[in-house]
Amino acid sequence: MTDIVLWGVLPYVMVAILVGGSVWRYKYDQFGWTTRSSQLYESKLLRIASPVFHFGILAVIAGHFFGLVIPKSWTEAVGMSQDFYHFNALFVGGIAGICTLGGIILLIVRRRTTGPVFMATTKNDKTMYVVLVAAIVFGLWTTLASVFLGGHGHNYRETVSPWFRSLFIFQPDIGSMAAAPFSFHLHTLVGMLLFALWPFTRLVHAFTAPFHYLFRPYIVYRSRDVRTAPGARGRQPGWQPVGTRDRDRR
Amino acid sequence: MKVMAQVGMVMNLDKCIGCHTCSVTCKQAWTNRAGTEYVWFNNVETRPGQGYPRRYEDQERWRGGWELNRRGRLKLKAGGRVKKLLGIFASPVQPELNDYYEPWTYDYETLTEAPLGDDFPVARPKSLITGENTKIEWSANWDDNLGGTSQLGHLDPIVEKIRKESEDKIKFEFEQTFMFYLPRICEHCLNPSCMASCPSGAIYKREEDGIVLVDQDRCRGWRQCVTGCPYKKMYFNHKTGKAEKCTFCYPRIEVGIPTVCSETCVGRLRYLGIFLYDADKVTEAASVPDEKDLYQAQLDLMLDPNDPEVIAAARAEGIPEDWLDAARRSPVYHLAKVYKVALPLHPEYRTMPMVWYVPPLSPVVDLLSDQGHDAEDADNLFGAIEALRVPVEYLAELFTAGDMEIVTGVLRKLAAMRAYMRGISLGNDPEESIPVSVGMNGERMYEMYRLMAIAKYNERYVIPKAHVEQAHNLEEMGCSLDFEDGPGMYASDAFGEASGRPTPVAVENFYALKQRQTTGGHFEPGELRGRVNLLNWDGRGVPRGMFPEQDNPQMSPDSPAHEGGAAGPGPDAGGPSDQAGPSGNPLESRP
Ligand code: SF4
Ligand code: SF4
Repeated sequence: MTDIVLWGVLPYVMVAILVGGSVWRYKYDQFGWTTRSSQLYESKLLRIASPVFHFGILAVIAGHFFGLVIPKSWTEAVGMSQDFYHFNALFVGGIAGICTLGGIILLIVRRRTTGPVFMATTKNDKTMYVVLVAAIVFGLWTTLASVFLGGHGHNYRETVSPWFRSLFIFQPDIGSMAAAPFSFHLHTLVGMLLFALWPFTRLVHAFTAPFHYLFRPYIVYRSRDVRTAPGARGRQPGWQPVGTRDRDRR
Repeated sequence: MKVMAQVGMVMNLDKCIGCHTCSVTCKQAWTNRAGTEYVWFNNVETRPGQGYPRRYEDQERWRGGWELNRRGRLKLKAGGRVKKLLGIFASPVQPELNDYYEPWTYDYETLTEAPLGDDFPVARPKSLITGENTKIEWSANWDDNLGGTSQLGHLDPIVEKIRKESEDKIKFEFEQTFMFYLPRICEHCLNPSCMASCPSGAIYKREEDGIVLVDQDRCRGWRQCVTGCPYKKMYFNHKTGKAEKCTFCYPRIEVGIPTVCSETCVGRLRYLGIFLYDADKVTEAASVPDEKDLYQAQLDLMLDPNDPEVIAAARAEGIPEDWLDAARRSPVYHLAKVYKVALPLHPEYRTMPMVWYVPPLSPVVDLLSDQGHDAEDADNLFGAIEALRVPVEYLAELFTAGDMEIVTGVLRKLAAMRAYMRGISLGNDPEESIPVSVGMNGERMYEMYRLMAIAKYNERYVIPKAHVEQAHNLEEMGCSLDFEDGPGMYASDAFGEASGRPTPVAVENFYALKQRQTTGGHFEPGELRGRVNLLNWDGRGVPRGMFPEQDNPQMSPDSPAHEGGAAGPGPDAGGPSDQAGPSGNPLESRP
């Protein structure tokens, strides 16, 4: 029963909150949708810690994608042995995880010790940091545990990953997930909590990662009439074609 | 040719007395909020001096503006798109608060609260960032009037550059120094590098008037624009996490009144008007290989509003007739292109700045008169302009990427005007040779003098209104349709009080005012979303929302119950009726 709730119901609740919350926030709180950078107050530590953390977590996300989405049979089909895969996952994943953790610890120390930065830290931020750090720590623990404890470690690609994929076809493979060790359960639960909090914290900035910067024209002309009301999101798209050559990407 | 209109400003530096009125009024209007304490959309710096933020002109350090790449194409000095995105997690060269200054206030309360004692109470400075006691070490104009310049003057990036070029030319000795004020706002560039740096595309240039604005809803706080702007006129609001900048007071410009800084300028040295420019040629003009040609390239972009071809093209673009007319009367066009006395600030940043400056002749005049010469004599002035290399060189670094010839030419025009007009005021015959020596004629010189010296308000500010037929497009009025018809206009959205779109103040006031003017009796404004609107309070009764609602209607002097009691016999009978009337006295009606 508990297993059904945890691995059959909670994931969908989490997704509902994540999607619903993000849509709501995007609609109603454009003005609050920002990184709330504190670089103005302090930038020496930030300049090291922030990239380490962010690039670390990007690698971690890529690793999760590999581990969870790509079935074991596929990697074996391209001739990647289980040992080789594991070594990579643990080695690269471990480094990325440690970078992420180190980065965020530095960031939190900075946040706590730099007066203005600490003053600009809201309760919301603090809650988010606790959950984020917990997710990272537990995640790292699952990785390290599989190296140092119990031989080759638990093969999550036979338990967690099938469950994860089964969620998308709405036939949660609860049995597989229930069979995974406790450390994986903990990491997954905290992870779900983090995603449920996501839309309501400053983490939303990740959803507006500005990849379109690579493609947009440098100079943006916009007519006054794009906006409908102050504080509200104007009509999309943000710039209107006026046909000057300047707008072409140079 | 694609003709576009741009509102521009010209500042005549000779007239600036460095009073900072413009900065203060601007701050009161725009940046007196938490998060923008350190922000001055308008600041006035003393030159030579470090400026605000400190040494912002040192682009080798701050990497603002554009440069040409190997193929001669424009490229952001801070790096291309990929490099910018990779640097997004911590802006590599963003100024810190210390580069601006740590804003502060004083603990005035101790002055009145301190217990009686032997020592005078003092108001200690408190940081507006941390709230702690602080030591004031710098501000937005710490080196005002050359304060501390004998020690710190060499930190001015321009001084540094000139010194490097020729050993020790500028001496900050009292007798030899020169000084002028440089008021700065955002340049509302034609080729803004702030905009090009913005990963979100939140910064835009308005098609109608060229004002550069940050869409507060689309800004995500990536801070790249702060690095991108070479003038460091893009600021990060550390409370909201969004970038903010000078707005050219667009709500005022839209209705045809000058910006706050211009309106309040004590020296009346600011001019506002329209430029017509060729938007198709901007990139080309900004990419001319030689920095010294940038001024001319920028000047060539400005189109002649009397040229029939330009007029036809402008009409084709839908620029309204009154704008074309304003362009023809534009004081900024005249100063920049007809008389050619206004120069762009730091054209070498390649952003095509649209705030222009008439360089000051005063350093030359002052030095002349200090040495006992006649500082109004054309020959003396011309000679001094040639002889006083240092101030001229300094001005050239500011306004023409180091081209001394252009600056000298402008200064000679100013000197000629001075000498020519002195002749006229002394009742002598106008000496035609003076204007001719600077390539003008007497009539034109007189026109220039009128515009620069005695122009009236509506000659200094020629601002066509934003169009009535476009009124529904204006930023504030844009939503008037959504709010039409009384009852629904203050409705809250689905998520309760203050959720959803805010009613713009202008709309709220408009309806409240209309209601007040058209109702016969006492006007009660509608729900004001928890705010008090005193604009329409007519002095009678207590403004709604000012005080908590009271439970007992008897306690409130003008509550409906009270009025009801007095209604019959009229106000003068109000007192007695309260006591005598059977229903008027609640005490009596009790069983
Ligand atoms: S001066 Fe204004 S328009 Fe020009 S780059 Fe800076 S912020 Fe942008
Ligand atoms: S108000 Fe005018 S005179 Fe005074 S500092 Fe500003 S620009 Fe100069």
